[in-house]
Amino acid sequence: MSGQQISAQKLGKELKLPRAVNKGRQVDPKALAEVQALLGDEPRRKDLLIEHLHKIQDNYKYISAAHLVALAHEMKLSRAEVYEVATFYHHFDVIKEDQTPPPALTVRVCDSMTCEMLGANELIDSLEQGLGSDVRVQRVPCIGRCDKAPVAVVGMHPVENADTARVSELVENKQTQPEAIEPIRFEQYVEQGGYNTYRLCMEGQYDVEKVLDTMDDSGLRGLGGAGFPVGRKWRIVRDQPAPKLMAVNIDEGEPGTFKDKYFLDRDPHCFLEGSLIAAWAVGIDEIYIYLRDEYAAIREMMEVEIAKLEANPPVANMPKLYLRRGAGAYICGEESAMIESIEGKRGMPRLRPPYVAQVGLFGRPTLEHNMESLYWVRDILEKGPQCLTDHGRHGRKGLRSFSVSGRVNKPGVHLAPAGITMRELIDEYCGGMQEGHEFYGYFPGGASGGILPASMGDIPLDFDTLNEYGCFIGSAAVVVFSDKDKARDLAVNAMKFFEDESCGQCTPCRVGTAKAVTLMKEKQWDQNLLEELSQVMVDASICGLGQAAPNPLRCVIKYFPEELK
Amino acid sequence: MAINPEIESELIAFDLNGKKVFAEEGETILLAAQRHGVEIPHLCYSERQGQDGNCRACMVEIDGERVLAPSCCRYPTEGMKVQSQSERALQSQKMVLELLKSDVSEQPHTLNSELDYWAGKLEVSTPRFKPRENPQPDLSHPAIAVNMDACIQCTRCVRACRDEQNNDVIGLAMRGHHTEIVFDLDDPMGESSCVACGECVEACPTGALMPANDVGMVEPDKKVDSVCPYCGVGCQLTYNIKNNKILHVEGRDGPANHGRLCVKGRYGFDYVHHPHRLTKPMIRREDAPKYPDFEMDPNDIDKVFREATWEEALERAAQGFVDIREQDGPNALAGFGSAKGSNEEAYLFQKLIRVGFKTNNVDHCTRLCHASSVVALLETLGSGAVSNPVADVEKAEVIVLIGANPTVNHPVGATWMKNAVRNGTKLILMDPRGTELRREATHHLQFKPGSDVPMLNAIMHVIVEEGLMDEKFIADRTVGFDSMKKHLEKYSPELMEPVCGIPAEELREVARLYAKSKASMILWGMGVSQHVHGTDNARCLISLALMTGQIGRPGTGLHPLRGQNNVQGASDMGLIPMRLPDYYKVEDQTARSHLEALWGGEIDPKSGLTVVEIMDAIHAGKLHGLYIMGENPAMSDPDVNHARQALSELRHLVVQDIFLTETAYLADVILPASGFPEKTGTFTNTDRQVQLGRQAIDPPGDARQDLWIIQEIAKRIGLAWDYQGPQDVFSEIRKAVPSMAGITWERLEREHSVVYPCENEGDPGEEVIFTDRFPTTDGRGLFVPADIVPPDERPDEDYPFVLITGRMLEHWHTGSMTRRSNVLDSLEPEAVATVNPMTLDEIGVKPGELMTLSTRRGSVSAIARADIGVPTGAIFMAFCYYEAAVNKLSNAALDPAAKIPEFKYCAVNVTPGGEPMQFYSYGGGQSKNVLL
Repeated sequence: MSGQQISAQKLGKELKLPRAVNKGRQVDPKALAEVQALLGDEPRRKDLLIEHLHKIQDNYKYISAAHLVALAHEMKLSRAEVYEVATFYHHFDVIKEDQTPPPALTVRVCDSMTCEMLGANELIDSLEQGLGSDVRVQRVPCIGRCDKAPVAVVGMHPVENADTARVSELVENKQTQPEAIEPIRFEQYVEQGGYNTYRLCMEGQYDVEKVLDTMDDSGLRGLGGAGFPVGRKWRIVRDQPAPKLMAVNIDEGEPGTFKDKYFLDRDPHCFLEGSLIAAWAVGIDEIYIYLRDEYAAIREMMEVEIAKLEANPPVANMPKLYLRRGAGAYICGEESAMIESIEGKRGMPRLRPPYVAQVGLFGRPTLEHNMESLYWVRDILEKGPQCLTDHGRHGRKGLRSFSVSGRVNKPGVHLAPAGITMRELIDEYCGGMQEGHEFYGYFPGGASGGILPASMGDIPLDFDTLNEYGCFIGSAAVVVFSDKDKARDLAVNAMKFFEDESCGQCTPCRVGTAKAVTLMKEKQWDQNLLEELSQVMVDASICGLGQAAPNPLRCVIKYFPEELK
Repeated sequence: MAINPEIESELIAFDLNGKKVFAEEGETILLAAQRHGVEIPHLCYSERQGQDGNCRACMVEIDGERVLAPSCCRYPTEGMKVQSQSERALQSQKMVLELLKSDVSEQPHTLNSELDYWAGKLEVSTPRFKPRENPQPDLSHPAIAVNMDACIQCTRCVRACRDEQNNDVIGLAMRGHHTEIVFDLDDPMGESSCVACGECVEACPTGALMPANDVGMVEPDKKVDSVCPYCGVGCQLTYNIKNNKILHVEGRDGPANHGRLCVKGRYGFDYVHHPHRLTKPMIRREDAPKYPDFEMDPNDIDKVFREATWEEALERAAQGFVDIREQDGPNALAGFGSAKGSNEEAYLFQKLIRVGFKTNNVDHCTRLCHASSVVALLETLGSGAVSNPVADVEKAEVIVLIGANPTVNHPVGATWMKNAVRNGTKLILMDPRGTELRREATHHLQFKPGSDVPMLNAIMHVIVEEGLMDEKFIADRTVGFDSMKKHLEKYSPELMEPVCGIPAEELREVARLYAKSKASMILWGMGVSQHVHGTDNARCLISLALMTGQIGRPGTGLHPLRGQNNVQGASDMGLIPMRLPDYYKVEDQTARSHLEALWGGEIDPKSGLTVVEIMDAIHAGKLHGLYIMGENPAMSDPDVNHARQALSELRHLVVQDIFLTETAYLADVILPASGFPEKTGTFTNTDRQVQLGRQAIDPPGDARQDLWIIQEIAKRIGLAWDYQGPQDVFSEIRKAVPSMAGITWERLEREHSVVYPCENEGDPGEEVIFTDRFPTTDGRGLFVPADIVPPDERPDEDYPFVLITGRMLEHWHTGSMTRRSNVLDSLEPEAVATVNPMTLDEIGVKPGELMTLSTRRGSVSAIARADIGVPTGAIFMAFCYYEAAVNKLSNAALDPAAKIPEFKYCAVNVTPGGEPMQFYSYGGGQSKNVLL
């Protein structure tokens, strides 16, 4: 025997107490019962995790650690799997034991470009002081109402052209429900001949090949921003082995964009019919519709309308429709991130290849479309491809739904010919610049499409036309700013947005956006380093977010050099 | 893209940095480049964790593509032009490294930072960016230091934890630049559900996850490839040694583990350095009587023992045996070998008992674990070995896991099961306890403790009733089906439902699932074997496999999960009273003659006594001398008060061990032996892989290697042995054990591991056996029907609960090793018993409070731990705690065929409170104090 003596008497204090339970957090029976009650008979499938998290958040206004552990147990997931998903999405407030739950009511105020330009910061300051501690005031990215900036949301109730008085009034009156919208409802839509074209397709009155040709002829391109020809996409997925799925992207989050909301507020069934026709043409069994959580009124409306459609199906074997709810994550507008999110995971874009068309949702070939791309299908089939090809300007063909916001007289969604220039759009559709504001520059495609100066206001706006200028039209979200604004400030706003919304997966985007914000906040920009950083973000990021994030920054250096002096 | 194995994979020609090179099918640009000597930096990719493409350090330029591509995820296509060293590619690679470097602190945590390696290689200068705010280290775990200031979010740890080990503790939480690696709900690692397998530490490229106490910053003197000393899975590992001390352990690519380890294998090595190690031979003082109810204190050993020279101790030990042999006859002697020793030790030990002591009274702890399985297997199939390796589960469509808790007892084996389930295999878990694997199970049959036979008979009833048998297999390869069929008639699931507690319909579903699948594999543990009906339980499982033809192919068969690292080998070597090496019956004249010729001594033609029978014989005054090598019956036997009583009544007890165990405390002579890393030898795992354990350090003080000790005893009782080392012994084993005859020592040194049967040199060895016949006399498998035998001692008014004993993840067997290991002792310091919270309520005990368990045989106090997995009305407790030895309570009732005791069931009463446990030596979180 050697070595030091070991004796309990000497070490009483240092003894570690044995655990009273198994390793890690244990399920609290009360929390489990609560979660079970909330979930009811709904399946406990893994892909429903986000849906189930919403139930807890909606009901308790936050998600406690005990509920998370109970949900994990109930869904046979690990604690980490549930925690990492819940903390990825902005709309879930995960509260641990040592944290204070948020007040029951949250007022969200958009601080993206247009809203900031039109006074969001002042509004936030004033609300933070005025509303008191019972209300949480939260900065949020674009909520798709830029034409009515600045915008706040009280609970789920949006306040357009918001001011402190209006917001306080709603808070006081506890008006927190989504706004009323009155679109064309199912009955009316059917009465006006809706779902007839779909029925004819299913009955064999339309020939699939001809429909595909018509789609090609229409020149319709993906209107989520990438502009991939719709007909071509249908053919690619059609050639994939069954079963195939469709995923519809209504995670309209690009700052400045509100066109999908515009169409859904008015005619949701036109889009649903387009989806069903696409499903017929491509051979799809199930349609998943991913709707951003910010569009609460549309969600409630869609739930009702889809139920009606399913109760009165135009054909016997209509594909199943699933409406899925986003949870506050811009990145889920990226097609593969959205698929991850529908699968109940963190919205992290996948590496490609393989492409979504081959290996998409639940590992199946997937036709993914922006809502608006499908919205036009019915018109194209009923009126012919010329309903689009008849339009266009400056050598471009088709129609574009421009979401215009900023310093113009008539902001809003303007359906205008593809190829229209910025100046034409302002003058012909937007009623010119606001009084006292001189056209100084514009974002042609949301936060990611870059910034162009007024001097470049005569370039045709369409897919591909802006590439040579380091910009793109994307979802056609145009933010117009004036001599009262600074491109540099707007670029910082955009980069902060990307920093917040980066999924955090790849180094160039996760670290790059954060370092870029720091560098851009410096009085004197280190332009060489910013350019080097931009290049790696463009070259090496996994998805479009990181690749496009440097666009505004590079544009400021290129087109607004005087602001950097 | 699916790879068609029939088409020979073609090479893909592509252009790399202006040179034409070839990639193999399925090879990424990164790996193809590596093979051609072109290094591309990479961090998130590793061979073990695979590709993820998140770090973007490996970007290359591909002609015609708008942006760069991650070479770890891209596969070359014919004619592709790739540049890994163009200015654009290099700029990206360097900028990524610079960004990552800017955020990690300058404080190094590892000697092998891959980030620093690549940054140096690419000459990345001091980062030009401001660093992030770095978090404080998390040092809450005794084994693992979490230094998030070095984390680059590459997720290798996440993949190690989740994709590889399937422990699902580590997550990637938050988003954007707030993205962070978390444990559970961002809990301190030491408070999380982490089971400390250490896979994440091995995966981490930057030192963000490291062995605790900075041992990772010490450069080892040498690395020694060896095997894990704990369970039967047989993981290969590497010891990192400095100054004759083990610094840390790494997993190695062995057939059973492919680099994986568990908490015991990775962190439970330092027991060999514990100051309690026996370093001098000891002889009992004349004035120190033996008390069965002793209180042992290894710190106060001098009152009972005195140091002796080896010469004196060996002389005393051997002479005691010789005297008894001569006065009372050979059968007054016995030996307990150990399933922890090597094949060579086991072989030599049983040879010593058989030709030196001249008795077959030689046994070991297999009696207490799988004796019933082996008896049933030998009776029905002619071989006690497993039919397929554990990892075959990945080829199975259905896994039936019954009476086993492999996440605790065979953790690395469990990872293969979890991997299989996540790849689509269905798991049917049959266990009264809701163990960790229930989360993975398609069906969890939580049957009433002890009702295995009715449940299994009901399942077989369904198979017969619904015609799900494999008629051809039954006709060609079995006997006795007709009587089996008749026997099963009375076991309809509807009748058995109230008996076993499983709804009839679920029994039917499970029967169909098992019978209809293309490949179903049954694995079982001690929940099956440790019953008075243990042999019957195993017979049922064998019948189930036979009637459905679910045996004899890859992915289907029978696998009793072996407990000890060498329980398979020790049994193969004949360390059992009724079987000679290679399972020849003692009564088998031919086998005996062969061995008598080989050994040059006579073998008693009558079977010897088993472990519990030996204790009874001592008590009955018929057996007086016992030689125990590396076993601890004073802790591991059922009803240990009785066992200790017997041991104390011995006239001559010699114990050869590394610590003063509870058994050694009753010895007349103690021989200080070698720990696992202190010797070389072969060990046979549960998969029948014979593996080489290599000496990594020297034994402390005057402790000696076991082979030497056995030989010295042998010399002194009249055997002229002269083995120069394990290699010599192994040569003889090849002659005594025909199924291992083809394995050479040189091959073991070269390949580390060879599976048997391997009868001729050069044979590859057979992983799957019983493919065309069973090693029975007629080559057929035998159906042996089993009837319901109730547990020996059922709950009643005085003892209303059921006590189940077993093991726990951190503590091995009787705890003599693991409770002296710093990490393991810190993780589980004190005696706990787990109880369903509802039952705890009923008893009136809160989790964490003391309670007392009493049976007809004794009582112990332990801390109550709430566990919803334990069925209501039952108590589970591990037998590793000397201060609360649950085997004082267990029932020594034996299975009639295998003589295995019923460790898994006895009646117990539980009352709140009790005597606080006394720590007079180790345990209780104290071993941490010795290694500072």
